[in-house]
Amino acid sequence: MTEAPDLVCRDLVKDFDRFRAVDHVSFEVPQGSFFSILGPSGCGKTTLLRMVAGFQTPTGGELLIKGNSMIGVPPNKRPVSMVFQHLALFPTMSIGENVGFGLRQRGVGRSEIKTRVEEVLARVGLPGITDRRVDQLSGGQKQRVAIARCMVLEPDVLLLDEPLGALDLKLREHMKIELKALQHEFNTTFVYITHDQSEALVMSDNVAVMNHGRFEQIGTPHDIYHAPATAFVAGFVGEANRFKAKVTGKGGSTLSLEPESGAKITVEGVGSDIAEGQNVEVFLRPEAIELSKTEDSFDDDQNVTAGVVTSVLFNGANSMVTLKDTAFGATLTVALPQTGAFSDLHEGDSVFVGWHPSKARCYLVERSS
Amino acid sequence: MSRDASRLGLLLLLAPLLLWLFLLIILPHIGLFVVSVSEKVGVREYEIGFGNYAAFFTEPLYWRTFARTAIMSMLATALTLILGFPIAYYIAKLTKGRTKTTLFLMCMIPFWVSELVRTYGWMILLRETGVFSNFLQYVGLTSGPIEFLYNDAAIMVGLVYTSILFMVVPLVTTLDSLDDSLIEAGYDLGGTSLSVMREIVIPHAMPGIVSGCIVVFMLSLGNYLTPILLGGKDSLWFTGMIYTQFITRFNWELGSAFGFLLLALSSAMVFFGLKLSRQSLSNTMGR
Amino acid sequence: MHIKAVSTVAFALSFAVSGAQAETLRLLTWGGYAPEDVIAKFEEETGHTVEVTTSNNEEMIAKLRATNGGGFDLAQPSQDRITSAQEEFGIYKPIDMSRVQSDLFIPSMLEATAGNTTYEGEVYGLPHVWGTSGLVVNTAAAGDVKDYTDLCDASVSGKVSYRLKRPTLIGFAYSMGLDPFSAYSDTDAYQGILDQVEAKLTECKPNVKTYWEGGDEIKNLLRSGEVVASMAWDTGGWQLNADNPDITFVAPESGALGWIDTFALPARGRADDAAYDWINFVMRPDIAAMITNTAGNFTAAVDGDAGVSADLKARYQGSFDQEAIDNIKWYPPVPAGLEALEGATLDRVNAAN
Repeated sequence: MTEAPDLVCRDLVKDFDRFRAVDHVSFEVPQGSFFSILGPSGCGKTTLLRMVAGFQTPTGGELLIKGNSMIGVPPNKRPVSMVFQHLALFPTMSIGENVGFGLRQRGVGRSEIKTRVEEVLARVGLPGITDRRVDQLSGGQKQRVAIARCMVLEPDVLLLDEPLGALDLKLREHMKIELKALQHEFNTTFVYITHDQSEALVMSDNVAVMNHGRFEQIGTPHDIYHAPATAFVAGFVGEANRFKAKVTGKGGSTLSLEPESGAKITVEGVGSDIAEGQNVEVFLRPEAIELSKTEDSFDDDQNVTAGVVTSVLFNGANSMVTLKDTAFGATLTVALPQTGAFSDLHEGDSVFVGWHPSKARCYLVERSS
Repeated sequence: MSRDASRLGLLLLLAPLLLWLFLLIILPHIGLFVVSVSEKVGVREYEIGFGNYAAFFTEPLYWRTFARTAIMSMLATALTLILGFPIAYYIAKLTKGRTKTTLFLMCMIPFWVSELVRTYGWMILLRETGVFSNFLQYVGLTSGPIEFLYNDAAIMVGLVYTSILFMVVPLVTTLDSLDDSLIEAGYDLGGTSLSVMREIVIPHAMPGIVSGCIVVFMLSLGNYLTPILLGGKDSLWFTGMIYTQFITRFNWELGSAFGFLLLALSSAMVFFGLKLSRQSLSNTMGR
Repeated sequence: MHIKAVSTVAFALSFAVSGAQAETLRLLTWGGYAPEDVIAKFEEETGHTVEVTTSNNEEMIAKLRATNGGGFDLAQPSQDRITSAQEEFGIYKPIDMSRVQSDLFIPSMLEATAGNTTYEGEVYGLPHVWGTSGLVVNTAAAGDVKDYTDLCDASVSGKVSYRLKRPTLIGFAYSMGLDPFSAYSDTDAYQGILDQVEAKLTECKPNVKTYWEGGDEIKNLLRSGEVVASMAWDTGGWQLNADNPDITFVAPESGALGWIDTFALPARGRADDAAYDWINFVMRPDIAAMITNTAGNFTAAVDGDAGVSADLKARYQGSFDQEAIDNIKWYPPVPAGLEALEGATLDRVNAAN
């Protein structure tokens, strides 16, 4: 099958009066996949989504849905549907009228609308609520009605604009799983924008990380997390300890680094663009750091330093320890192992930390910033 | 004890309102009603009866004027709505910040002068030797002067002009509260401008439409100056008739009966208007 | 302003010392009957203060009726409207002739007014300003309009205006050769006259541009040339004549309608002293001339026309020769209840298409 991807953007640009919101963005979303665009607020992801929906016209570039150009096509003629940030359910209509709205616009017969509305509501797990009012539903139910309202039109692409933002934490966790399941159920292409990395990582087949109108990286959640392409991605996705260092030696893919305090560390698996004498920024995930009370429990090739515990942050499975590294003076956050071995750790205790050179990521420090 | 005290406190709080209601609204209406059921039988001699109300129904001039006033007021209300809605939509949805404030202020500017001055303004524009007539002659559209004044259309213009603000304000308020994403969702789901307007914007704006219509209808029905000054020799208005009965005919009894009938008419119209639009008074006026 | 207030207080004090009581005179009158300079002079001489409310015949009665004759200390209704209002509503109190300097009044007018305003043996009115209503005509455009019924002529179609009020009924009746005043006492005969006038006014309706309501309105209509002939007061015509010599007041062939505005004391007036002071003050020849010069109408004051401007005298003489003066139809008192008949007639004319 050489079917065209459901959504293709090529060199998409959107300029506003004073700034460029979307800057030469290109990506493809294959049929039936869950694609997330992750970025901080103001990165241009909403503008990008609104261009796909047709509410904003691109300044330049091409936008194809199922191989057809969408430039100049008004939103009501595009085979996409959108779930809005606050869902935008029509408060003056019943649930059935809400879900049937799109079908009515297409001139579908009354009885067919009724059966199709019932059907789609059953598929999202809310059978028999057509006569209820919008304000009689819970947050999660509204979410599913909003999706049903779009899905009843069988769009080629479903756009979702941070629809979980307004929910409380527990429901949000639950809806993440449910959304993914619904996407499987309908087998429709989802394009999801969010500033919450967890939402993007849990649900997506592919994630694009966006910053200042550009895509920093497109990849699977695993790649994004474990092999961030840029310093921004490394810093934005997941927790990371970061510190600056100077390159003192390079052998193959191994770098010798000297942090500002003067200690020596080695890092493996870096790109070829880093040369000796340059300044780099090192990113190290908390869970990549091992904790020990004795220095000799580490392998020889690990970077090992001593530290003093500054605080213990107990948070169940996500418990952390912050400590002051005595070697290079930086503050490190370290994941607390779940074994219970360190349950007696207290502020002021001396510990040793070690990490494998391949676990850290190095990026050149940008001159200008 | 404490319950009694709190009730007393509540009563004291409500006292100004109750006094106002009683002294300025209920009492005069009782007086008006008493006068309206007295029939004059001779000099300084009156007896109780419904003759004044009977006179209204038996004299065609009275009830025809009454019906005419009601129909013209409804027409004025409909015209005001048709003209005011696009203006309100534009102000509420298509402008922002300073432009919005400026446009809103421009709607209010005519109300900085008295109604009399505004009506005289229209007379200057519409009269035979007025601005419109002269302009049409100047551009060569007509050969002679045209009289725009002294007819029902002139009354309509005056009424719409006088009341459009009272339509625009509640409409802007309700349309402002309509989330833009609802309109976008309408388009996104395949709606046309017409269907989005009909199925999303208008149902949402309904309380504003109804409250605007009630206010404009009442203002038109109770208007005195505009129909008298702009209307022609056949342009009778019920308030003018009430004035005539009270002042030039010294017939307070019939005038009071007319006043009561006007009150009943406007109440009935509002009631049916609310029923038809399935709105409640608290829903529309309570905003 | 401030100085004036202070001086008023000073005068008030000086009068208080001398025994006379300074009062506030609440005057219910017509526009032009109490000019600023006259009020200032009066306040200076007597120490009283004057508050003026301008109105017309019907509103004066309505206002006094609403308060049972209170709220004002002196009113100026027309002499024909006093007895019926007194009979119906009892809103006036009798005049105490001993407090009036009757030598200031033209005796014939004083006598006639007293006769017309006598109710149950008491006199309720003193004459003040008199004038007429008739035709105001743009002689260049409608020189043929000589009488009320000429307003219905096709030559002035669409350029005519009159009020839909009782003077129109009376004027048309005279113009049609009827005598409404002598039928005042005979309801059936009067109704017969009204029916004929109704037919005429209904027939005349297409000729009318609009029924005017206020003095400013008719003056604007005449000044702009939109109306060339109308029924109106003599002073309106003379005022317009000053701006446009073509427009003037024409005494109709069947006779102008003469009215006299009076002084009457509201039943519950509180400042009778000030009211009598005002009456005796404004009837002085010099003051009467000041009032004539602003109101445009002559007064019942002896020698009151001596100080009147030559222009006004000339216009008056242009409109009235001796024959026209002799032909003036003076309004007799309106019997109570007559207005109801007239009202029904006017309503039917108004509703006719």
